[in-house]
Amino acid sequence: MSELTLLLVKIAYLAILWIFVLSAVSVIRSDMFGARVPEADRRRGQRPKKEKAPKPPSRRRGSPTHVLVVEGANAGEQASLEDAPVLIGRGSDAAIRLDDDYVSTRHARIAASGDQWFVEDLGSTNGTYIGTSRITQPTTLTLGTQVRIGKTILELRK
Amino acid sequence: MGFVHRRRRGAELFLLVLALLVGIGAYAAVGIGVQGEVPADLLGYGGWLAGLVIAAHIVVRIVAPYADPVLLPLVAALNGLGLAVIHRLDLAAGDTTFARQQLTWMTVGVVLFIITLVVLRDHRVLQRFTYTCGLAALVLLILPMVPGVGREINGARIWISVGPFSLQPGEIAKVMLVVAFAGYLVLHRDALALAGRRLLFIDLPRGRDLGPILVMWAISLGVLVLQKDLGSSLLFFGLFLVMLYVATERPGWLVVGGLLFFAGAFMAATIFSHVQTRVDLWVDPFAYYGEGTSDKGRQIVESMFGMAWGGLIGRGFGEGSPWRISYAESDFIMAAIGEELGLTGVLAVLLMFGLIVERALRAALISRDGFGKLLATGLAAVFALQIFVVIGGVTRLIPLTGLTTPFLSYGGSSLVANWVIIALLLRISDQARRPVPDLSADPQDGSDSEATQVVKLS
Repeated sequence: MSELTLLLVKIAYLAILWIFVLSAVSVIRSDMFGARVPEADRRRGQRPKKEKAPKPPSRRRGSPTHVLVVEGANAGEQASLEDAPVLIGRGSDAAIRLDDDYVSTRHARIAASGDQWFVEDLGSTNGTYIGTSRITQPTTLTLGTQVRIGKTILELRK
Repeated sequence: MGFVHRRRRGAELFLLVLALLVGIGAYAAVGIGVQGEVPADLLGYGGWLAGLVIAAHIVVRIVAPYADPVLLPLVAALNGLGLAVIHRLDLAAGDTTFARQQLTWMTVGVVLFIITLVVLRDHRVLQRFTYTCGLAALVLLILPMVPGVGREINGARIWISVGPFSLQPGEIAKVMLVVAFAGYLVLHRDALALAGRRLLFIDLPRGRDLGPILVMWAISLGVLVLQKDLGSSLLFFGLFLVMLYVATERPGWLVVGGLLFFAGAFMAATIFSHVQTRVDLWVDPFAYYGEGTSDKGRQIVESMFGMAWGGLIGRGFGEGSPWRISYAESDFIMAAIGEELGLTGVLAVLLMFGLIVERALRAALISRDGFGKLLATGLAAVFALQIFVVIGGVTRLIPLTGLTTPFLSYGGSSLVANWVIIALLLRISDQARRPVPDLSADPQDGSDSEATQVVKLS
């Protein structure tokens, strides 16, 4: 191999190395601002919401159909997920009305996003728990996940 | 929120192709430089590398579609470059097959990467294993001390032998300690930051809040000191400080930790002879180089010669003599890169490491849960500290302490552990960048009277 070839190989390789690094930086740069949701999309996304409640996830075998109170004063009570989002609390507008002193008027909500179900705390006084941890953000629910609200335990059932 | 993160999987694929070009190109350049011809098995080698990377990419596409697009290509490029440099040293030595073994370990690493991503759909699950991980980390750290299982190589007792392989359990313990620290601190950070009494401008937390973590840390450090593994002690100490600082938002921890570190380093340098040697070699390596001396400084001096000989754009693959540095394929791989690719190549590699750390911290910033934030910060800190300690050592910025260069160095345990770290980071960034589930739809808007209202007080 001649000196010149080796020099060219060396320069070419260093160039490849730096092209890679700079492309990575440019991807990061374009990523930094995220993708703005186009105005048209946002409107399209919002309009149906006002007309009707968001469609619950398509029914598949094994997907939950209702929320059941498994423990507490109202054990046995249930609400269908067809009318999602399901509001849980002591208030009169709640889909599952709990007679539990530790439950807030509008305590938590179970809603769908895509194929998944989420429980979201609505700023309750005593919190919503999954297992032993108090949830701070919408949290995924699967069949049989026990959600504790006050002295009541709820779960998704088929 | 006006925007959501895009998936960016196409960008990832584009970068991965470039990363493969970096890896396979290096292999071809090594062949041309050392043997004078394009290696005959270039297609097979390149195909294997491409297969691994594409498999990882497809899995990311399926199970973590919103994950960070830059991490995987960076890692693939570094790993490919490392393989080529190790292969080049193999060719020089003639009788070693480190590159082949490294490729096997990379395969294991990618498989574990895939398994981690597929099994762990939500990083918050790890929080349940806080104490399990802490305990497992301690057991793993102690394992090399157990007679019969542990093996001593080059004066450090950090290996265990499993069948024909020798493993460094410390590398796996590293990941588990981060999980344990993150899980513990996220629960107790309020208590750590607020409760306690003030003593000499420093708020000391209550003993029962700090106790468990301090015990965990002291044991892991003690074990490392007994095993004479300086690099890892430094790494764990730094990791502990960074996570405590991030969790409590108290700069005081850094001051206290810094003082503790210098006190500890000074004591270690006066008490332990092996630390003393390292410091001497750092201050004046040339006094320990050449005939008539102990020749202990040969490694670091040869590494400096190599980097100086490499200069700005390097000698080119095959034109340098990196085999003169002992352990050039593991601890001193940066010196080998410095000699053959020059400052230009070293800076590119450093930049890649920097970008990995940046992406990890970015995932921590945008993560929505405290545990994810702490976990990503901890993993970023592990990376940053390890790179600083090892490259600082090789370039004689700080005393040399043995650690592997992530993804570049020869070493199976380190490579596999780092692939798992990247999988965890991708999982956290996937959770963080995924659009928030749309829960804003409220069918009844007329019930405001029952909700909490803001009352004007004055």
